[in-house]
Amino acid sequence: MTWHKRVLRVDLTSRTVKVEPLNMEWANDYLGGRGLGTKYLMECMDPAVDPMSEKNALIFATGPLTGTACSTSGRFAVVTKGPLTNAIAASNSGGKFGAELKFAGYDLLILEGKADSPVYLLIQDDQVEIHDAGEYWGTTVWHTEEAIKEKHNDPQIKVASIGVAGEQGVRYACVVNDLHRAAGRSGVGAVMGSKNIKAVAARGTVGVPVADAEAFKKVVKHTHKLLEDSAGAKDLTNYGTNAMIDTMNSFGGLPTRNFQDVTFPGADNINPEAMTTPNENNHTNLITNKACFGCTIGCGRIAHIDKNHFSIKDRQQYWHASGGLEYETAFAFGPVIGVDDIDALTFAGYMMNEHGMDPISFGVTLAAAMELFELGVITEADTDGVALNFGNAEALTIMAEKTGKYEGFGQILGMGSKRMCEHFGRPELSMSVKGQEFAGYDSRALQGMGLGYATSNRGACHLRHDCFTEDMADQSGNGKAWPCKTTQDKTAMIDSTGLCLFTTAAWDTEEFQQQISVACGSHWSSERLLEVGERIWNLEKLFNLRSGLTMADDTLPPRLLETPAPGGIAKGRVAELGTMLPEYYALRGWTQEGIPLQTTLDRLGLSDNQKPIAANG
Amino acid sequence: MPLVSLASKKLVLLFTTLPINDKRVPIVTVKSLILDADKCTSCLQCEMACSLEHEGLFSPAFSRIKVFEFEHGKRSVPYTCTQCEEAWCMHVCPTEAITVNSELGTKVVDESLCVGCKVCTMACPYGTINFNTRSGKVTKCDLCDGDPKCAEACPTDAITYGVAP
Repeated sequence: MTWHKRVLRVDLTSRTVKVEPLNMEWANDYLGGRGLGTKYLMECMDPAVDPMSEKNALIFATGPLTGTACSTSGRFAVVTKGPLTNAIAASNSGGKFGAELKFAGYDLLILEGKADSPVYLLIQDDQVEIHDAGEYWGTTVWHTEEAIKEKHNDPQIKVASIGVAGEQGVRYACVVNDLHRAAGRSGVGAVMGSKNIKAVAARGTVGVPVADAEAFKKVVKHTHKLLEDSAGAKDLTNYGTNAMIDTMNSFGGLPTRNFQDVTFPGADNINPEAMTTPNENNHTNLITNKACFGCTIGCGRIAHIDKNHFSIKDRQQYWHASGGLEYETAFAFGPVIGVDDIDALTFAGYMMNEHGMDPISFGVTLAAAMELFELGVITEADTDGVALNFGNAEALTIMAEKTGKYEGFGQILGMGSKRMCEHFGRPELSMSVKGQEFAGYDSRALQGMGLGYATSNRGACHLRHDCFTEDMADQSGNGKAWPCKTTQDKTAMIDSTGLCLFTTAAWDTEEFQQQISVACGSHWSSERLLEVGERIWNLEKLFNLRSGLTMADDTLPPRLLETPAPGGIAKGRVAELGTMLPEYYALRGWTQEGIPLQTTLDRLGLSDNQKPIAANG
Repeated sequence: MPLVSLASKKLVLLFTTLPINDKRVPIVTVKSLILDADKCTSCLQCEMACSLEHEGLFSPAFSRIKVFEFEHGKRSVPYTCTQCEEAWCMHVCPTEAITVNSELGTKVVDESLCVGCKVCTMACPYGTINFNTRSGKVTKCDLCDGDPKCAEACPTDAITYGVAP
């Protein structure tokens, strides 16, 4: 059995730690990670509470396959109520921290309450200590990680921490682990900051057993081979996710200048080819690729910045290598703000990792600020004297650092695009759903993506469904509800296994079923797994309803619903949400107001969760 | 608690390929682990395969092979016992628990003789023989009796098993 059946619960207010048995009924219904984390979250807090209050809880959840030899087995989820969205937040991360937490002997870590002064948690197998973090408060993720390893004289300790952005409540602050992997979205790092937790450090020697090691080895050999032979996985190895920038640009779905355009003339300067082509100083951006724990794909990029570049010319501390551009970072620091300076993009990426922020939300918030600036709504008097014009690479690097350090106009950018645009009286300029900014896909060119964005329980997200094949084949909204719904269920399941979504380049539900079955020692059918996914999706929906969200939150900004795409393959189209959404609700077994029907809840075993919604109206 | 302490950067980089030259066996027929740091992505499949083979579960903390990372992942270096020609671990062992497998060239710990005194862990210049807190004995790479699981598990051929060039 690959669950440890142990939950570590920490009450920060009273500074007490206890280990309790994992509720195996819930584990069978929700697996682990995102699903099981959400179930535990709903049981220990009221979804209606202020996400930044001590009544919110923060859960680090591994999956049953985390820490095994399955490819990509380093995944864990950080589950909480998101301060960016007021909705359920379940941010997934890789790196090595999640596996280390599992090796220490825990399936879940639940953090409740609020410490009265900054602390960090050190977990070494059964030894769990709450340490004073005063000396790290106000410092960066990179500093904190190194300092904790040094203090405890163990370079093998794995650390998940927040930077100043998380301490100061930047609404899209993330939790960074292993220097440049992050539970990135919805502001989970701000929740950690609100609880006065600087870091969670883990070191485990308990390990992870599987039910049938011989059968497990055989299945894993097969699933590894499938990935090895997959063209999609090979592309991820060779080019990283940034290969998408060329695809989206030629397709006409690459959001440019705050979604005013769908193609970007500078894409060639920031694509994978640009990352491997020497510049005039004979400097090449990309150094190598790097894998998360257990991953046989290795899509991660390690890059460095040209020492002559304005961003680091006089700052030797950034001359080293670190995490490089992936697609969403390239999109959010590139097309959507009109910048095509690859070193500036890479530097901004360093800032996100060092200070702990979500690049997507930061970039799209900066894009909105640039549009406000060009419209004259804000001026250099607001922006600390920086000309926030689209295409200004220096503005990107300055604002990335200011937001990370919570200085000047960075404090405004730290509100996220929705709150910032409302603050300046132009809410329609925020390219977000439920307050969370879009990823690098335009909903007018990719209709299923638009439906997925609008209905995603954690706000706009490209990883909550996968209608990519259907969207590329047909630019209309016809027939998109079904693939959207089914892949939402599937990704919810995958996010709960402890494995990475990118394995779907080669694996279907059947492969997940095989691996879970041999690891857990009980048979899991594909149907059962997809039902787990659907149950998770509905539970997240119930969380949001209890939080006070309504159908009005399942929508897209007017720019995508009313302004036709100015070019590309979908030129002249708008997002056809009006026709897709009713079809989607019906397929989900929800009312036309987006509320799960009693029969749906009964079928999924969620009836118990319905009463509080009725109470909340 | 850590089975392997962090070797200095300099030492690790010196040994990216590891030829065996034990005079008791003809060099040309002896295979060794060939570690190519340039191909390593630090996925740790090797550490998992090693711990499963020797400990029966996934626990990199007990792996006989370790991957070290430098400069934010710029370089990842897999590293294990070089099966030294003049094996100091073997020579210092007071109970003669470490012997040569002449067929493979490996230095092998006989757990029934090992008393866990740790002298070998001090004698080894590379930190690749270590005290195992589970068994109370020392453990080191034995090339899995000629079928090293780390090499089999490595997805990038950073670890291969063959005659060193």
